[in-house]
This record gives sequence, structure tokens and C-alpha cells, in this order.
Amino acid sequence: MQTTPVKKTPLSAAQIRQLLDDCLEVEFSFLRTDTAVTILAGLERAEQDYILTWVQRVASTNIQLAYQFITRAVNALDNMDRRMIESWALYAMDTYDQAGLHKALAIIRNLDDFVRLYHQKTAGAVYEENASVLLHFARGLSGRRLQLQESSLTYTDSETIYLPAVVSLLDTPQENFLVYKAMVAYHWAQARFGTFHLQLGSILDEQPEAENFLSLFHALDTVRLDAILQRELPGLARHMRRIKQQLQQTPSASFLQLANELVRPRSTVDDVLRLTRRYLHKLDPPSPCFYQGVLQPQEVEECRQQRLQKEKRQFRSVLRKLVEELKGLDIDEQKHHRFETRPKHRHYEMPDELELTLDGQAVPLPDNVKGLITSIVQDLGEIPAEYLQPAGAGEYQPDIFGEKNPDPDDVWKGTYHEKGAFLYKEWDFRRQHYRKNWCAVREKEIQPVYDTFIGKTLNKYQGLIKHLRKTFEAMRDEDRMLKRQVQGDDVDIDALVEALADAHDGREMSDRLFTRMHRSERNIAVIFMVDMSGSTKGWINEAERESLLLLAEALETLGDRYAIYGFSGMARKRCEIYRIKEFAQAYNEEVKARINGITPQDYTRMGFAIRHLCHILNQVDARTRILITLSDGKPDDYDNYRGEYGIEDTRRALIEARRDGIHPYCITIDKEAREYLPHMYGAAAYTVIDDVRQLPLKVADIYRRLTT
Amino acid sequence: MPARILKPEEYYIKTEPYYQAIGDEIAVFESAYRKKLPVLLKGPTGCGKTRFMEHMAWRLGKPLITVSCHDDLTASDLVGRFLINGGETVWVDGPLARAVRAGGICYLDEIVEARKDTMVVIHPLADDRRVLPMEKVGELLQAPDDFCLTISYNPGYQSVLKDLKQSTRQRFVALEFDYPAEDVETDIIVKETGISHELAAKLIKFAHMTRNLKGNGLEEGASTRLLVHAAKLISDDVTPITACHSAIAQALTDDAEMLAAIDELSSSLF
Repeated sequence: MQTTPVKKTPLSAAQIRQLLDDCLEVEFSFLRTDTAVTILAGLERAEQDYILTWVQRVASTNIQLAYQFITRAVNALDNMDRRMIESWALYAMDTYDQAGLHKALAIIRNLDDFVRLYHQKTAGAVYEENASVLLHFARGLSGRRLQLQESSLTYTDSETIYLPAVVSLLDTPQENFLVYKAMVAYHWAQARFGTFHLQLGSILDEQPEAENFLSLFHALDTVRLDAILQRELPGLARHMRRIKQQLQQTPSASFLQLANELVRPRSTVDDVLRLTRRYLHKLDPPSPCFYQGVLQPQEVEECRQQRLQKEKRQFRSVLRKLVEELKGLDIDEQKHHRFETRPKHRHYEMPDELELTLDGQAVPLPDNVKGLITSIVQDLGEIPAEYLQPAGAGEYQPDIFGEKNPDPDDVWKGTYHEKGAFLYKEWDFRRQHYRKNWCAVREKEIQPVYDTFIGKTLNKYQGLIKHLRKTFEAMRDEDRMLKRQVQGDDVDIDALVEALADAHDGREMSDRLFTRMHRSERNIAVIFMVDMSGSTKGWINEAERESLLLLAEALETLGDRYAIYGFSGMARKRCEIYRIKEFAQAYNEEVKARINGITPQDYTRMGFAIRHLCHILNQVDARTRILITLSDGKPDDYDNYRGEYGIEDTRRALIEARRDGIHPYCITIDKEAREYLPHMYGAAAYTVIDDVRQLPLKVADIYRRLTT
Repeated sequence: MPARILKPEEYYIKTEPYYQAIGDEIAVFESAYRKKLPVLLKGPTGCGKTRFMEHMAWRLGKPLITVSCHDDLTASDLVGRFLINGGETVWVDGPLARAVRAGGICYLDEIVEARKDTMVVIHPLADDRRVLPMEKVGELLQAPDDFCLTISYNPGYQSVLKDLKQSTRQRFVALEFDYPAEDVETDIIVKETGISHELAAKLIKFAHMTRNLKGNGLEEGASTRLLVHAAKLISDDVTPITACHSAIAQALTDDAEMLAAIDELSSSLF
């Protein structure tokens, strides 16, 4: 059936005024909407609706912001299309989330700035959108693994390349992406081909005119690096030359003539230094070209010093580990063994493919150690002799490569910052959009509690556990013999006899005469997400702990991979995930004690927990991924996470989960849950348990039904 | 040319397959063959294991019977099974049994992919007994002197499920393969495809870039085989960037961003 679009009559000024008064709470805020009302009243209905919806969406974030939005928007309607208005409003709301009302109002007020930025962004390349491609690109180039980061200055500290947020130097996004690419390649070459072999900081200290010296040095080094890029990445170098010409940044012929010796393959950064000294004051450096950024000798030096120390320590620890592994020796006997390095094979430009030998024999190296060697050689040109001495007993660090994570509790001491937290978005249903990086999520440990609870529970449910084990055992993968197959390992005698009889009678003979072994593989990973909000105190908490214990006992016989996490939180900046059992962890006394250690905490903010656990689940390679929530009530937290907002965000998180191929399921004891759970989980994906004491009995049963 | 039909044990390799030795693998294999020891080839995909086997089959003048193992490959697929023919059951030898009877070289490619029970079948064949038990017909097949069992395995997968059991691996003489050094790999590409030395060197450089990305979003870097594919396309007048995209990047990953990054790398080089 086709409906012809009915052109709705425009809203009258009075109607518009009423609507605006409602959503801007004019009764209390005394905001004046006259101009806006007059202009809006003259528009078509579709336009009116569009603007008014956005006013409502902005008003759900902040009323002042909405007021400023409507007063500016009505005047700007002629020069802005809808997409632009939308991104303007969203940008302002995002800014409000991140930086507060003041900054957000500034964005609404400086519409001209936004329009300029908007055009810049549509024609330019945006760092955020290109970051992951650029990062892969940078890591594909040889040498030390680099990081990328957004910054107002373009430079590298030899480990991280800092790039601008937007590049809009050229006309199209594609061309501007090339600018990013050139920046990455150039700074990679700086780090890779020895610009930082010089202690540039101390050289500059001796110079009376450090600034001139640095800019001449930078210009000359660019000549050298350009030549290297021409040899290493000729395709990119071609584009770089072309863009340079386009922007008229090609250095003068006389400058290039004088710098000509730097183009030779064997020239090094020492040659650059020599030429800089020779031509200082005699030669004006050309203005910097589009990709060269700036040099930050101080930062490079700090970064390098830290790295040298760290890598020396790591390398010597690695050697020690190698000796132990290869020779099975104790620490004292190490002295007799000699590590040496030798070049592996001929390599372009730099001899950094080294082979490590122990007593003349090549040692196989894990990938992370190879990376370490590459990084050391990139700094020092070789592995110095003192590095080749395995670490002594006192220096030994078992966890060489693991960066130590700060204790999540520490961030609460002193001033607050979001370091070390996972940031997740949250759905704001009024805004009909996500709030970016809204929840700061931390994983925390649960203190294991060793008392009589575990023994008691296991005792109390002895019979049930036995029963569960048996049922779960029956679910394990087993080879099943499939009969009457077209192909198979063995002849199915029954089928054959029948077929022969059929043939004898003159009927058609079946070709399904074989048996085949078929393995039905259970390939399931499941996370149990346990509500640890304050409301679970008492009975519910105990029932949760009992259920988890029983379930874990049963799952051990089944062999499914499972993890258990608790969640709780207090407002968006303190979302907490408690590790009870991770996937890789074995079920042991400690895990049992941690299950026992589950204690009620604060509020029930669910969206972040679902998002974070889905993130974990997604890293597990399994055919079926399940997220089961044990909860006692609807989502609820401080800062507006009540009622509809919380339900809608949770629903959105569950939709995201399904999109990733995860099956969410909810088990709850909230009797009112039938009102909101179908909306969140869909009709079939939850169970409401009326009696808390039933929980331990039910959970394992539900799991069994869910996975067979 | 019409397709030729051959019995597996009649598959002799007549012309020398090009193989560039990297170490003493040829000598070791020959002496293992003389001493009737089974051989295990280790190494990442596309580094020349299968080519090496073809080369050795040619060198020794024996038929080469290759079985590519998959996760549904059972013992009967190797040893043989009863089939029904006109109301009678007929025994049909599997490829392994055929190789034993014919005294050929049996090459079980990617052995860890096969089901666990297949491993057990090759055990008696892989130690000094050199017999293949054929339970279903109630016979033992004693291998002749010129039979040789070779298996290959890629240790890079690092999955517990796909690891070779000690009881299996300790029966074999192991040869390790890896991507050849740059100059050797360049020679291989030039010899196989006839593209210029300079282009081949660029391809190798590109391969190293993708190998740098291993573990950073790629499971494996570009293998020598992929480079040969790309070079063949280039020698047929496909532009290098397109060849790298179709023959290498697309073969390595489906991830859109990774593809874009690999394309950026190749367009930087050519």
C-alpha cells in the first residue's frame, strides 16, 4: 500500500512558542524566544519539525545550550544544510560532555568558526578517521615499532609520531591523506636513519644562535632524508615532490646544489652537521616544507635516555632467560657462556638484522626480542658488549615485557584523571546519539575470602552438584556414529543387507550404505556478568555466590570456556568491573575464594559493563559467545542513569552486542522485570526467577538449556 | 592440452622443479631417505616446503603422493576403506597405502589439521618398524626400502589444538624452513617469473613490510609464494600496485583498514 505524502500545515506561532516554552522551561529560565518563534513560524512544517526536534535533543543536554542553538540556528538556516546543523549540534553537545558549558556555548556562538572547520574537515583529512591506517602503515615500515598521536605540533620523539588533528592543505581528502602519509614516512625516516644519533640538544647549547642553527640543520637533514625516502619509498617520494611543487615549497637550486653531497647513499647525519657548521650564516634555509614539522631535541633526548636504560635492562633479562631455557643451567654457571651477535644477512641501508649466538650457535628468538634488538641497534648501531652480559640474580625481572599496570585504586588518590581507564560511550536516548568516552571503566581485583562458605555450599548442594555434573557430562562433545551415509569410513552392514534385499526384489538400491563418525564440537565461550550493586545485599548476594559456585563446578565437567566478572559503579567516572575468573584462569581455590568475596558495592550501571565484557568476549575465538547477566533489578545509577535513560542505554549496549554476534541473556529476580526486560533483551532472552532461593538450582539448568 | 589422468603412485616428476637450497636441507633429506628415516618439514606457509618435496621427488626419481590434510581427514581416508560394488564389498587402498605399496614418497601436508586418530596410524610407519597396519582387512603392510614418509607442519599457528604431539614429532628428522634471505628470495622471484631484478627487490621489500605487521593485525606476512604470484601478474603487464593488491594484500587479510594500509605501503614503493 502506498500512501501519498500529506503536506502538513505549518505550526502556528503560538504552537511553536508553546513547544519552545516547554522544552526550554521558560517558566523558570525566563528565556526570550520571540525572534526564533517569528522566524520558525514562517517555515515549512518539515523544516519546523526538524529544527524543533534538534532543539529538544540539545535541551536534554543543557537548556542554555539549546536556547543559544535555536537563536543562532534560525538565522543561519539559509547558509547551512541539515547535515551541517546536525554535526554542529552534536559537536557542541560532545564538547559540553568533555569540557563543560562554557566551551560548548563558545561553539554555538562562533558559528563562523564552526563553518570554516566544517569545510576544512569535509575537504581535509581528519586524524581520527585515518589513524589506524596510518598506524599500520608506520608499523609496516621497518625498524622500531612506532606510536601515533594527535598533537598541535608535528614532530617525533623517536617513539611516537605526533600529527595534527586535521590536514586541509590541499583540496581533497585523498590528497590531504597523502600529506599525513608523507609526515609519517618523513618522521619514520628521522628515527630510522639516524637523525637522532646526534645529541642535538647539547650541540644546540653550544650555539649562540641556536634557532638559526636548528632550522638550517633541519633543512639540510630534510635533503638527506628526502634522498633516502626516494630510495626506500619511491612511490611516495614521487607524490611528496609533486605536492611540494604544487605548494611551491621546493628549495632553491642553489641550496640544493650546496647540499648535494647529502643525497649520496652513504651520507650520514654527521655530514649534515658538518654542512650546517660550514654554511651557518652563509646560507638561508628554505622555508620548511609541508611534512617536515619541527625538531624537538629535548624530548628526543629524554625519550632516548629512558629507552636506553629500559632496553638494556630488558635485553639482559632476556639473555638470562635464554640461557636458562637453552642450557637448563643455574645462575652461577652462566659465566662460562658467551653471547655474541653477528649480522644475519645483507640489508639495505642499515645492518640491523642481527643474529644472536650463544657459544657460537645461533639462538632462536621470539618476535618481541627481535623487536628489542632492532630498537637497540637503531639507537646504537650495534649491541654493545655490556648488553651481552646476562642479568645477575638481583636484576632479574620475571615480567620483562609486561608494563606494570597502576593499581586502579591509586587513581582515586590525588587528583582525578582518566589515565589507565577504558573509556566507553553511552547512549543518550533524548539526544538520540552517543555520549563519547562517557564512562571511565576500570578492572579491579576482588579480595579472595577464605571461610567456611564454600565448604558449606558444596556440602549443602552435594546431591545437586552430582546431578549437574552428570547432566553436563552428557552434553560434552562426543563422536556420534552417523548411519546410512553416502560416504563414510565403514560399511553399514544393516543398510547393506536391506539394500541387497531391495535389489533382489528388483527395487532400487539405496546408496546410503556407510557409517561415518561425526564430531559435534562445543565451541562456546561464556561470560557471567554478576550484579554487585548495593541492592544485592543479603539473600541475593548469597544466592548469587551459591549459583556461581554450582555453575563453575558443573562447567568444569563440561569444558566450556567461561569467565566471571562482577560490575558496579557510582556515576560515570567510576564504573568498576571486578575480575572474578578470567578465561585463561583455571578454576581453583583462589577463584572459589573470589566468588566468595563478591560483596555488594554501589549502583547498577549496566551499559558500560555489557560493552566492556563484550569487548573481552570478542577477543575470544569461539563459535558461540554468550553473555549472561545475573541481576536483581533494573539499571540504576546516580547522574540520570535512572528509568528510561538507563534502560535505553542498556538496550543499546545489548543491540551492539548482538551485532557483534554475542548472545546476551539475563537472569533476574526482579519481579517487575517483566515490564522492561522484553524491551531490553527481547522476549525470549531472559528468565525471571520469583524466589531467590531458587537461583542456584535454576542458573545451571538455564545454562544447559541455553547451550544445547 | 587435455588434462592427463594419473594414478597417484604414477605421479613422477620428470623435469627439475626449481628449488633454491638455503642450507643443507637437500643433503639431510637424502641421507634420511637412505637411512629410511621419516622427515618433518617445519615452517610458515608458502616458504617452499611443497616445492622442496617436489624437488626431492624429482631428485630421487620416486613418485610423490601428496595428501593435504584437513580437519575431517580420518584414518580410513589415508589407509583405505571398503566400498560396495554390485553388492560386493571391495577394498580400496587410500593414498598412504598406495604410497607404501608403490615405494613412493608420501607427503602429508599440514598434518596437524587432520584428526587426532590419523596420527596414530602413521606412528608404526614412522619408526623402525615401517609397517602400516590395515586393521579392516587384517593385514600389515611392510614398507619397501624406497618408501619415504614426510609430514609438514606450521608451528606459527600457536594454537594448543593445532600442536604436534611429542610422541609424533619425536619420530621424525626435522628440517626447518623460513623465508629465504633477501638476495636469495630476489633470485627465486626472478628465476620463477622473469621480472627484472629491480622489481623483484622492491617486491621483497614490500614482503618485509607485511612481515613487520605480523602480530600487529596480520596473522602472517606475505609468503614467497604470494610474491611469486604478484610477480607473475606483473610479468603479464599488470601494474605492480594492482598486482600487490590482488595477489598479496587481498590474500593476507579481509580487514578494510589493514587492506588500506597495505595498499598504502605498496603505493609508497612503486
